[in-house]
Amino acid sequence: MASGVKPRVKVPKTAAAGESITIKTLISHKMESGQRKDGDGNVIPRSIINRFTADFNGQNVIDVAIEPAISTNPYFQFDATVPETGEFAFTWYDDDGSVYEAKKKVTVA
Amino acid sequence: MELTRRNVVVLGSSAALASAVGMPAFASLTDDAIAAFTGGAETGSGAITLTAPEIAENGNTVPVGVEAPGAVEITLLADGNPTPAVATFKFGPLSAVRGASTRIRLAGTQNVIAVAKMEDGSFQMAKAEVKVTIGGCGG
Repeated sequence: MASGVKPRVKVPKTAAAGESITIKTLISHKMESGQRKDGDGNVIPRSIINRFTADFNGQNVIDVAIEPAISTNPYFQFDATVPETGEFAFTWYDDDGSVYEAKKKVTVA
Repeated sequence: MELTRRNVVVLGSSAALASAVGMPAFASLTDDAIAAFTGGAETGSGAITLTAPEIAENGNTVPVGVEAPGAVEITLLADGNPTPAVATFKFGPLSAVRGASTRIRLAGTQNVIAVAKMEDGSFQMAKAEVKVTIGGCGG
């Protein structure tokens, strides 16, 4: 699924050094499980996002292996430590080989 | 068939066998998945918190959160789904709280299981039963 995929990420713009911040991510994706059948009884082939990663200045925060049991429009919430000013990079990997990316800057005051 | 004592005994035992073999098909898949994750090691409980609703009206999006301080990896399983694996979280050096929340699909009323691999190599497991009104695996 290459159309209509839109990542949305919520990250605070500023943080104190070493502070833990909560990050919320959501990406619009139908996450077809491969279990459903269409009107004619044919199985609808699986099409999901199978991996999600979040990194800050090249250091990993979380790496999620995703199975078909994750809901439509996969949502993840987690906490990250921010040691210095930098940029979060979020990456989603689709079954069809597409890679979706989002970036957010965080300033440490 | 004439209903002799022998026939009744045979019938009864085969019925018991069938129910014993038929029922826990999904549960054993889950046990396999847990064993594959832990390598057969014993799992403790306590240092892991699994947050899931008691009753979910819609099995398509069930909010689930898991947290285990000191975990390097947490895997989520649903023992009543066609495939029990849900997601595996690996935590990097900048992960503040070793936990995450997401939304999952549940085919019906079942147990959601979280297994965490801790920094010292031990394993922690938590289980929560979720009652599902409408299943979330199509059909």
